[in-house]
Amino acid sequence: MLSEQERKKIAEEMKLHEQPRGAISEALLIVQEHRGWVPDEALSDVAGMLGVSTADVEAVATFYELIFRKPVGKHVILLCDSVSCWITGEERLEEHLQKRLGVALGGTTPDGQFTLLPAGCLGACDLGPAMMIDGTLYDTLTPEKADEILSKYGMGSDAQTSHG
Amino acid sequence: MLKPLTADIRPDRAALTLAAYEAARGYQGLRKALAQTPVQVQQAVTASGLKGRGGAGFPTGLKWSFVPMMAGTAGAAGADGGHRYLVVNADEKEPGTMKDRWLLEGNPHQLLEGALIAAWAIQADILYIYLRREYTVCAKALTHAIQEAQKAGYIGQKVLGTAWNIQVRLHLSPGRYMCGEESGLLNALEGRRATPRAKPPFPQVSGLWGRPTVVNNVETLCNVPHVLREGADWYKALSPGSDPGTKLFGVSGRLKSPGLWELPMGTTARQIIDLGGGMQDGLKLRGFLPGGASTDFLTAEQLDVRMDFDSVAKAGSRLGTGTMIVLDDHTCPVGMVLSLEKFFARESCGFCTPCREGLPWVARTLQALEEGKGEMKDLEILQRQTVMMAPGRTFCALAPGAVEPLQSALKLFRADFEAHVHDKRCPYK
Repeated sequence: MLSEQERKKIAEEMKLHEQPRGAISEALLIVQEHRGWVPDEALSDVAGMLGVSTADVEAVATFYELIFRKPVGKHVILLCDSVSCWITGEERLEEHLQKRLGVALGGTTPDGQFTLLPAGCLGACDLGPAMMIDGTLYDTLTPEKADEILSKYGMGSDAQTSHG
Repeated sequence: MLKPLTADIRPDRAALTLAAYEAARGYQGLRKALAQTPVQVQQAVTASGLKGRGGAGFPTGLKWSFVPMMAGTAGAAGADGGHRYLVVNADEKEPGTMKDRWLLEGNPHQLLEGALIAAWAIQADILYIYLRREYTVCAKALTHAIQEAQKAGYIGQKVLGTAWNIQVRLHLSPGRYMCGEESGLLNALEGRRATPRAKPPFPQVSGLWGRPTVVNNVETLCNVPHVLREGADWYKALSPGSDPGTKLFGVSGRLKSPGLWELPMGTTARQIIDLGGGMQDGLKLRGFLPGGASTDFLTAEQLDVRMDFDSVAKAGSRLGTGTMIVLDDHTCPVGMVLSLEKFFARESCGFCTPCREGLPWVARTLQALEEGKGEMKDLEILQRQTVMMAPGRTFCALAPGAVEPLQSALKLFRADFEAHVHDKRCPYK
């Protein structure tokens, strides 16, 4: 199922490792970059390219948290629920985001815009609570501030607010 | 007060360019190191007394000295036909810990220089930087710094006119706390699950792809250029106590202005909390985790503990990463421990039974207590779990670290645990 472009990039990546299996996680991330997530069919293709078993690839695919095994939304929200953020109001924020987006943790909004994921410490402990959207970190959050940030990502259509 | 690691970092944390770093005497430590033999560099770092800043506090020079060196080592990487690796552990994910992020964002060349000196000292020919993917700003800063250093001849073939070749690879990890465990990290780099490896053999003898490997924390390596440039005596004089150098100390929790500072090793916990502006109005400090999530609670009576490896150990906890997390008197200690254990249960790699089964059991038991569904015998179960996951009963240090805050909370905040049982609810809600 892999496209020419995916194969080309994976082949390039393989050159940077002493053994091809060292490229497994990068190969899966290349697939994810192209498709948004890593479907089962991609595992055997990656295995074939790297000369390892599909089980070896699946072992990696199912272990690392930023390798997505289900389709995710256009924007992925990582909500830090570690202790410093918890002390500074993460639970209230978590509740608010779930209500606002109309999804539970791990869920994707019906319009495919947002996926809300719990995350381990994001390294903003002095500025909690924190979340990351598509690689951009936001700190010292309140529910109101989170709403403003979400609107920058296109949040606020009727379909979504009706859940709130 | 000298702040060698952070004095040059701009307040907005914009990464120092190579030119700015060189103007601040950057890469002079590397030049000095390359004029010495690798073993001399190891000895210089050993003489400084530098200890690892990733949590365990192992002497850095000693760690390097376990790498078998070839005779006549100049540029000897591959002298026995294979690679040697220096791996930077930039997988900072210990809850409460945000120190390496500051160093990487603000001064990526300092880390590169330290890592290159370490690589020379063990005659590595490949240098990996293992960075978590969520640290996107660090990734950008490092990528740019690596390009600059390559152009300037600090990285590549025949570094600064020597016979030594070194290549640098930035690995962006798709995550999990276990990747920060030294041997789990090496498995991750080999395209495996980040489960721990048995020791011995230690990585210095058989590490990445079975080759000699040293894994060092970011902050540790950021000390190295200064040690080389200024010498062991200067380094020791940075701190008043037995542990030399400065340390990045941080504090989080409900303080007026939590933050991160570079201070002499041995600064007291109270001084750090004062720098954070003290507790928010109406709140009192009840306890604190001195060095990140996996350290034992200390109490308000212990605030004068000196934050160095020996003093914190004597007080009954660990310096860990040096980033404190404060429990105030309006926050539920059971809830706080539940937050910690939920993290550790989720992050357990599942490789060994006490951790895989024990941590979720602990988290569920704490959840029940917090919801008012707990019983007195649950406290015994929790106590027993701290023994089942004590050091030596699990494959790596994740679970023993995870139960450190639990075991101390059970002692120090016993009445709170019991109140959850008797009142059938969390008294803080």
